This record gives sequence, structure tokens and C-alpha cells, in this order.
Amino acid sequence: MVKLHERKFVSTDPEKCVGCQICEYACSFTKEKAFNPLKSRIRVVRVNQLANMAVTCRLCEDPACVAACPRDALTQSKDTGNIVLDKDKCNGCGWCIEACDYGAIMLHPESKVVYVCDMCKDKADGPQCVKWCPEEAITVVTSDVLAQKARIGAIKKLFQQPEEKN
Amino acid sequence: MHDDTFNAEMSHEFSSKEPINLIYSSTALNILNSWREQGLLGYAGTILFVDLATGKTRTEKLSEEVAKKYVGGIGLGMELYLSNSKAGVNPLSAENPLVLTVGPVSGTMFPTGGNGHAFISKSPETNAVGEAVSHGTFGAELKRAGYDAVIFTGKSEKPVYLWIDDDSAQLLDASQVWGKSPGETEDAIKNELGDYYVRVASIGLAGEKQSKIANIINEKTRAAGRTGLGAVMGSKNLKAIAVRGTRDITVAKPDEFITMVKEFHERMKGPAAQKYRTLGTSENLMTQNALFCLPTRNFNNAHFENAEKVSAETLNDRYIAKIIACNSCAMRCEHEALIREGPFKGTLARMEYDNIWALGPNCGVDKLDAIIKAAELCNYYGLDATSAGVTVSFIMDCHEKGILTHEELGGLDAHFGNADALIQLIEKIGKREGIGDMLADGVKVAAEKIGKNSSELALQIKGLEVTGYDLRCLKTAALGSAVSFRGADQNRSGAYTVDLKGKVDRLKAEKGRGKIVKDAEDIYALIDSLIICKNAKGTLYKELADMAKLYSLVTGYDMTVEELSVAGERINTIAKLINVREGFSRKDDTLPWKVMNQPITDEGPAKGAIVTQDELDLMLDDYYQARGWNVEGIPTKAKLKELGLQEFSSIIEGKEA
Repeated sequence: MVKLHERKFVSTDPEKCVGCQICEYACSFTKEKAFNPLKSRIRVVRVNQLANMAVTCRLCEDPACVAACPRDALTQSKDTGNIVLDKDKCNGCGWCIEACDYGAIMLHPESKVVYVCDMCKDKADGPQCVKWCPEEAITVVTSDVLAQKARIGAIKKLFQQPEEKN
Repeated sequence: MHDDTFNAEMSHEFSSKEPINLIYSSTALNILNSWREQGLLGYAGTILFVDLATGKTRTEKLSEEVAKKYVGGIGLGMELYLSNSKAGVNPLSAENPLVLTVGPVSGTMFPTGGNGHAFISKSPETNAVGEAVSHGTFGAELKRAGYDAVIFTGKSEKPVYLWIDDDSAQLLDASQVWGKSPGETEDAIKNELGDYYVRVASIGLAGEKQSKIANIINEKTRAAGRTGLGAVMGSKNLKAIAVRGTRDITVAKPDEFITMVKEFHERMKGPAAQKYRTLGTSENLMTQNALFCLPTRNFNNAHFENAEKVSAETLNDRYIAKIIACNSCAMRCEHEALIREGPFKGTLARMEYDNIWALGPNCGVDKLDAIIKAAELCNYYGLDATSAGVTVSFIMDCHEKGILTHEELGGLDAHFGNADALIQLIEKIGKREGIGDMLADGVKVAAEKIGKNSSELALQIKGLEVTGYDLRCLKTAALGSAVSFRGADQNRSGAYTVDLKGKVDRLKAEKGRGKIVKDAEDIYALIDSLIICKNAKGTLYKELADMAKLYSLVTGYDMTVEELSVAGERINTIAKLINVREGFSRKDDTLPWKVMNQPITDEGPAKGAIVTQDELDLMLDDYYQARGWNVEGIPTKAKLKELGLQEFSSIIEGKEA
């Protein structure tokens, strides 16, 4: 079983994200051979011109989507932490969608069952959104790496000279 | 229009009591499928007609032949306009149709190609063909909804907006958003529809009040800016177009296509994109200032002594908070300026060379925060910032030359360089308030109202205000602007490039410039028809060959370089045919009075520069010859035949000789 702090997921740096939606196209093309944001496992949010970020599944510990499914269609892989769907059990009720705080699990417009990022497990070079992002804003991280980055960033800021702060 | 199957849909009459009108165009998907069987992808295959007077909508199939001949975007739009309009109509009347198009590449992953849309109509500012392209995400959404074009005819009794939700097209009541800015309108419509991924293009107060310099804004900071098409929407009581599309976009050769996309992603990290990725288009400002071709104070100078204060370097250093991208673009160039402190705190606007120049040096204003505020106000009211800036500089010039007094200006101290006056004038123009009412239709109309030789101070061609290039010392650009079918504009040919890069002697008018302008116009027309982005033009290393490959991989039709080149020429010629139909000829291919009568006085490399009538005539002859038009600038019968435009030959009847 993969330990929580070793669990890898896709994360976006909002400082770098420019809202181009290339990740959405890369995802839907990889998964469905079509360009359609509605079939992408990663979705871009532009709250305003200055706030852009792509959002996808974070492979939560004790995921709310799994807990919310009344038909036990969703499980979390013990090996990878991926959310796994049993298509036969899903009836598209949407409880998992409501439960997810990030809007990372969605109802597929055609198959009418939910779909979610699977870390491109079939691709040797990993998640294709990461590969395609022209801003290198999307990376595969572990929660530990995220904490490391935040920590280092905070300390760098603390030790900045006053004139550098502006 | 063409020989296609006419698909009348079930529809409801539009009634003033029940302003909701729902029509399902159930055949759209069938058409899409039939196109796929034929193998021509890229296009949705459907044109949506919206009659605003009755509220009825219907769809028609887009003919494959027309698609290949006119590509999409402005090319397709102008063909649809010409085929669906009568000569001599008032641009602001119900008789003038408004066409909205996307291109064959729209909705795909091709960088810059996924996101564009174009509006085409008869321009209220020029009475010639009006067209303006915008980018963002709106175009991709419209393609996913299943349409290549939307044609609006008639006039609605009361304010409405069109809500396109895939096959369903409805006119909804817009009274609650009437008077709001495009940004506010977008938010309100998203709230009303309860869908936050809806894309909206709308007009502001200026468009509602039919200001002839009004634009159409999508996604808050993107504008179909030029030629006043916002007023056409306003005249139809059409406040906005909201669209949601859920269909797949597929391409004919996905593997080769994706390889091409990857290659362009790499090119966009290289030198061709460097300017756009870093300082942005406003980098031009210091370059042009050094070359004395930065029009300053309404062309009274060609050099701005305080250029550094409004330069790209200062802008990026102090105000650019974020550079964002349009849908599918790996180059991202949209520079967002945020004012963090001072009287304009909280102001947010997209800043490019064009709006900085028009509202800054052109008005003698060197306060960058005020320029950003003025740009934000242009977006708020839905005004083309270039035309608005040139209109303000015109009124400042009138004031300084004593043509308009303090009192006539309503107590406004409209001296060059007065940032407060700039902001107040933009407000007044946006609201058509006081002096703003006289100015809201641009400089040509304002000069006609003012009289007293003020037309000499009006920097316009065919009624459209000039852009930020001093045409007196950029003679290829002067020709490009004179012959541009939409009026004064660098964006129909980018002819300034050869002048600025030193590929020709920019101070000299000579034979050969005609061919340069013609070739550049054809490329630009194709860029705006595919629709890809002019800012990324440099990444098209092999211009026509790259575009032909892109078209072929997307549509599955093997487009040759020669065929595409002819399409570029055809698109420019059909634009000219619209203008000829409206009475335009050689006499209209001219330059502003100052460019031809007031030499540059600044000490420097361009001192004394001017374009004489002889020089212009020499270049016009050369250009018409390169185009295969007669000396009056009328396409010949032989040329129409060569381009497959015989069906429109009645337009040139009697004018050809």
C-alpha cells in the first residue's frame, strides 16, 4: 500500500497557470480522441483575469466521493490512491460530484457515468496535461513535496531584503 | 443563399409579452454527421439564421464549396454578408445583417487557432465592409455548439440576447442587463442561466446608444474592436450573444495534427514569440519613438518626449500583474495591468501597444495610470480604444487650435497632455453625454458637425480612425492603410513591418510596394479566416505552407499552397466587391489630410516626411496592377473569373472599363 505522503497527484501552480486550457484539450484528446473540455479530467477555472487555475483529482485520503457513493461504485486503489469506478454500479446520480470539494469528479456527457483523473496510468510518460502544459504550471506532486515547496517559499520570503519585497 | 437544403425549424413567434422564444434546430447534428461521412471536418457544417424582428430562427447547411473557397472567419463572413444583404442600406437599420463566424480551426487544440471569432457587417463608421476579429474562448464554444456562422437580420422590438445552447437557440429578454457594461452583462447572464462556463460577447452603453466607435467585447477584456460593429448590435436591440457548446471537435488526421501542434508549441518558446511573451506589443512604443514614427499629439509630432514614462518597460515594471492566454494558446500574450494604489486603485485593463498609443502619446498624456484607467473605461462602455483615443486627440487638437473654445467644450480644459480631460472625455463619449454626443461617432462625423476646416485634424481613412503608425515616414504602411478595405488600419496587411524592419526604404514611395502590400493582405486575410492569431504570425515559418498543412490536417481536404493563396486573394477581392457595391473606388483609397499636407517637423531621421498625392498615386497604380484591378481600383471581369467570383460580376458592371 502506498503511503499517504508518497501518493502522487496532479497539482497546478496558480502563479504560473495562464488559463489557456491546453491541459483540457490534451486530456480529452488522450482519453477520448476528441477536443472537448467537457470530457477532460482536468478543468480550468478563471475567476477573473488575474486568477487562473486548473483543477483535477487530488487523490484525497479518505475521499469524500468514495464515501458519498450509495452504490459502492467508487473505490480508492490501495496501490496508487487513484479513484476507481465500477461502471456497472454507477447510475450517474451525482452524489460524488456534490461531495467533492474541488469539482474534480464529473458526469460524462455521453456514457452518463462519472469520470475522474486516473493519472494517465496507461501512459508511460505519465499525465499528459503535465507533459503539454506550456507554462510548466502543472506537476505531479506528493503532499509532502507541496509542503516542502510552501515551507521553502515562506522562509525565502522571510529572509528577503526589504527592497526585494517590492 | 446557396443551393443547399433549406431547413426550416419548428419555431414560435416572438411576442412582446412573452419574450422567450425557443427553437430547436434538430437537424444540426444530422448535418454534422453527413459532413463527417463526406470527410470534410473542421467545419460544423451549419449556419444559424436569427431573425430578430420575428424571433424566428432556422439553420442552413454550409456548402462545402463555399467553405473551401472562403475558408471561414472574415472570408466566409464577407461572402455570407454579400449574399444576404442589399446594396446601399443604412448600416444601423434593420436591413443591415450582422454576421458572426468562426473558422475551421476553431475548437481544436491548434495554438491560437482554437479561439477566434469574427463579426462582419456594413460598418456604420465607413459605410464600407466592416469586420473585426476577437479571440478568447467564445469562438471555440460556438464551434462546439455546432455552428460555423450566425446571421442576424432585422431588429428586435425590445432588448434581447441570443442564448445558444447546442441545438437550441433562444432570444431572451435583456432588459435587466440593458445599460450594463460588457463585463457586468457577462456575469449577469451567467448567473441568470446558472452556468458559469457560458461564453458571452456583448455590447456596452456605447453600443446601445449606437456610437459608431462601439465594439463587441467577449470575456471582459477581448474585443472585436474596429469599424463600430457594436453599434450594429445596438441598432438591432441585440445586447449579447451567450453560447454553450458541448460537442466534440475532431480533426481529419489526429496524429499528424497533434505532432504539428507540438511543433508550434516549441516554436512559441522561440524568438518569434519572444516579444509577446515578455514585454508585449507595447514594446513597439520605444522602437517607433526612436524611429520618429510614433504619432504624438494627433500627428503634430512623430516623437514623444516622455515616451519612457509610458513604455512597455515601465508598464511591465509597475502595472502588469499577470499575462494570460486565450483558449488553446501556448504563447500567452494578454498583458493585464492592475493599479494597486493611488486615485485609480483597483483598475484592471488589458494593455497593448494600440490602446497605450491611442490614449497616451497620441493625446500627449504621459501618466500611465490614467491611460490604464482610460482603457478600462473603454472596455466598460464598449468603445474601441483606438478610435476613442484618436477622437480625444482630435478634440484636443481642435481646442489648441482655437476651433473649439473652453465653453463649447462644456468647461473642459482639453489641452494635450491633460489626463483628467482624457478620462472625462472617454466618460462623456461612452455615455453620449454633453460634448460626448458629438464625438461618439468618431472623428469624421465630429469634424462634419464642427466644420471650420476641422476635417484637416481628423485622422481617419474611409471614416475609420488611424492606428499608431506615422504613415508619413512609413510609406508601405501608408499604402496599406489607404487601400485597406475596412479603412485606416495596420491589421489588414501589417505593411508597417517591412518599413520598420528596414526591408525597404521607409521614406521612399516606389514601385514594388503594391506587390508587398497585396501579398501581405492575402496572408492576413487567411489568418483572419482560419482563424488564427496575427500576434503569432511569426511562428508560421512557412506562412502559406504552414497554413495549408493546418487546413488539410484539420479538414481532411488536401489544400495546396496555390489554392490557399488564391483563397487569400479571393477574400480580399470579395471585400473590395462589397465596397464597390457601396460606391467605393480609387477616390476613397486616400490618406488623412495631415499625412499628405503637414510634414513631420521633429528633428530626426523622419524630418520633412510627408506622402504626396503623386507618391500615393504611384503606389496605388502599382497596387491595383498587382491585384489585377483597373486604375479606378475596380476588380476586372477577368480577375473575377480567375478567382471564381463570376456570380458577383453584376457589381462591377459598367465600372470595369
